[in-house]
Amino acid sequence: MGRGIVAEIGRNLNALGIRRFGLALLALTVIMATVLWLRPNIASYNGLRLLLSLSPVLVFTALAQMFVMTAGDIDLGIGPYVGLVNCVVAGLLRDQPVLASALLLCCPLSYGLMGALVHVRQLPSIVVTLGASFIWLGLALTVLPLPGGNVPVWVTSFVRLRPPGIPLPIILAFVPMVVAHLVLNKMSYGVVLRGIGGSLSAVERAGRSTLKARMSLYALAGCCGLFAGLCLAAVTTTGDANVGRGLTLLSIGAVIIGGGEFVGGIVSPIGTVLGALIMQLSGSLLSFASVAPAWQYSVQGCILLTILALRVVSWRRVRI
Amino acid sequence: MNALGGRLLSQPSFYASAGAVIVWLVIVVYSGGMGAGAVASAALNYSVFFAIVGLGQMLVMASGAGNIDLSIPANVTLAAYLSTGQMMGSDSGLILGVLIALAAGAAIGAGNALLVLAFRIPPMVATLASGLVLESFTFVYSRISVAKPSPLLAEFTTDRLFGIPDVTLAAIVASLILIVFLKQSLFGRSLFACGQNETAAWLSGINIRWTRVAAYVLCGVFTSLAGILFAGFVGGPSLNMGSEFLLSSIAVVVIGGTNVAGGQATVIGTWSASLFLFLLLSMLNVFQVDPGLRNVATGVLIIAVLALNKSRPAQ
Repeated sequence: MGRGIVAEIGRNLNALGIRRFGLALLALTVIMATVLWLRPNIASYNGLRLLLSLSPVLVFTALAQMFVMTAGDIDLGIGPYVGLVNCVVAGLLRDQPVLASALLLCCPLSYGLMGALVHVRQLPSIVVTLGASFIWLGLALTVLPLPGGNVPVWVTSFVRLRPPGIPLPIILAFVPMVVAHLVLNKMSYGVVLRGIGGSLSAVERAGRSTLKARMSLYALAGCCGLFAGLCLAAVTTTGDANVGRGLTLLSIGAVIIGGGEFVGGIVSPIGTVLGALIMQLSGSLLSFASVAPAWQYSVQGCILLTILALRVVSWRRVRI
Repeated sequence: MNALGGRLLSQPSFYASAGAVIVWLVIVVYSGGMGAGAVASAALNYSVFFAIVGLGQMLVMASGAGNIDLSIPANVTLAAYLSTGQMMGSDSGLILGVLIALAAGAAIGAGNALLVLAFRIPPMVATLASGLVLESFTFVYSRISVAKPSPLLAEFTTDRLFGIPDVTLAAIVASLILIVFLKQSLFGRSLFACGQNETAAWLSGINIRWTRVAAYVLCGVFTSLAGILFAGFVGGPSLNMGSEFLLSSIAVVVIGGTNVAGGQATVIGTWSASLFLFLLLSMLNVFQVDPGLRNVATGVLIIAVLALNKSRPAQ
């Protein structure tokens, strides 16, 4: 009887892709346990709420990066894009709601068009998104030349919500994770989406539009970036064009820690969210452990390297 | 004539070079012919640092798809602090400072190669993480050192011979050597072979590992060199001096016409793209475009040059 349940759980975990994100889950558990050991007070509704208040930003940014990486591409502009959304929300949404909403709607659309450009002209995504990063930054500076602005009250009050039982940041990590998992791994169109990263010609021969698939992935990334920018504006209550600079690299790290690969088609939405939480929490962990600020970057880099080196050892991939 | 035109167009570096010339002409015409030399001279002086870093990034990218060095900004800053910290404003520490910084650059490159090749961590994440580690060291070192470039170094980076900065002349000579080296030497040929087809390169007896290690080490050394020179140019290091090299190092390589998938590289293209990007910013400055739109224009032009470059006839 007991063995049956264990086997059942094992089968379910396998179906979710535990092999891909298992190490991330383990790492997150270790980090969370250490945080709780250092600061037992955090094990409460408010403690978790404060500890994770900024995590939705990175969760959504990492998911955006993941959608682009599903196509076998890479997005070097997602950070400035989140900064742009942040600036539109802080600089325009209160005084010119119609214009701001139109702009916010255009953001994911322009991402879809960027995907089309990459696809049709067969351009390296790394450079197109790099060029786009200047465009996002420039637009953000035009909307809000100096940090500041006013975030509408209804946006900020959203993150102050206190749903019973589970703190909001945890819901904001869990819900997008489930949605992304359903889209990529459960929906039948998810096969096409993952397929263009794996084998473009196979998808083409199956009679599916590869252009549409890549545009969808980029538009999904644009939507996630939009949510990330909204969360950022809501939590910080200000706008800053340069705020997203560090997010790009963190988001790539999160996807890779979560079991994703650069080759395309191999990503794990669950792992990505876990990876984002790892990146977010390792910062807090280090300040709780009173590591000198100067060395925090260093230790964060080492955590990243350790997880990835462990993954290589545990997977024992075949050489050349 | 047509054949010549076709040959020119098929050069990977054509669009970046043409772009640089066009932008320069626009500036000259707009300013009524005044300061044409000064603009060119300033461009040559400023873009040399980006060209040197770009050449390092170019070697890494040419060694195969996915290879990239994101630790460049941290390496630039560290080299600037290490060298000027040794100089402390006098020429007596110049040689030692330069040597220490270059050795550190080589070690950083070797470390990156170790992570990528021995631990099989994807280059993008491995170099990102090593950059984070370097940032800590730089931060700590910056607080215990008196960092000031030696007068000789400062002079070398800003003095001009016949209107061309000394440092640029030296870098051009070095680049010409690099062109010949990449074309003729065993390393150059192995590098492109690895980038084009790893299996074929391996079957033909090329040591893929050591070739890639060499690419990363050279990139580390070039980056350190740029860091030392840049510190001399701006009169001393600062903690965020490397940040602008992250995106521009990738941009100059790819706009220059080097293939991101590896196997092919162009030294001239990387130089042209560095000049193009600097002249572009100067042009937008001359037109007094506000900073926001300046960024937008830069982004649009980067994508436009790339799209044009991609449409050139196959070689």
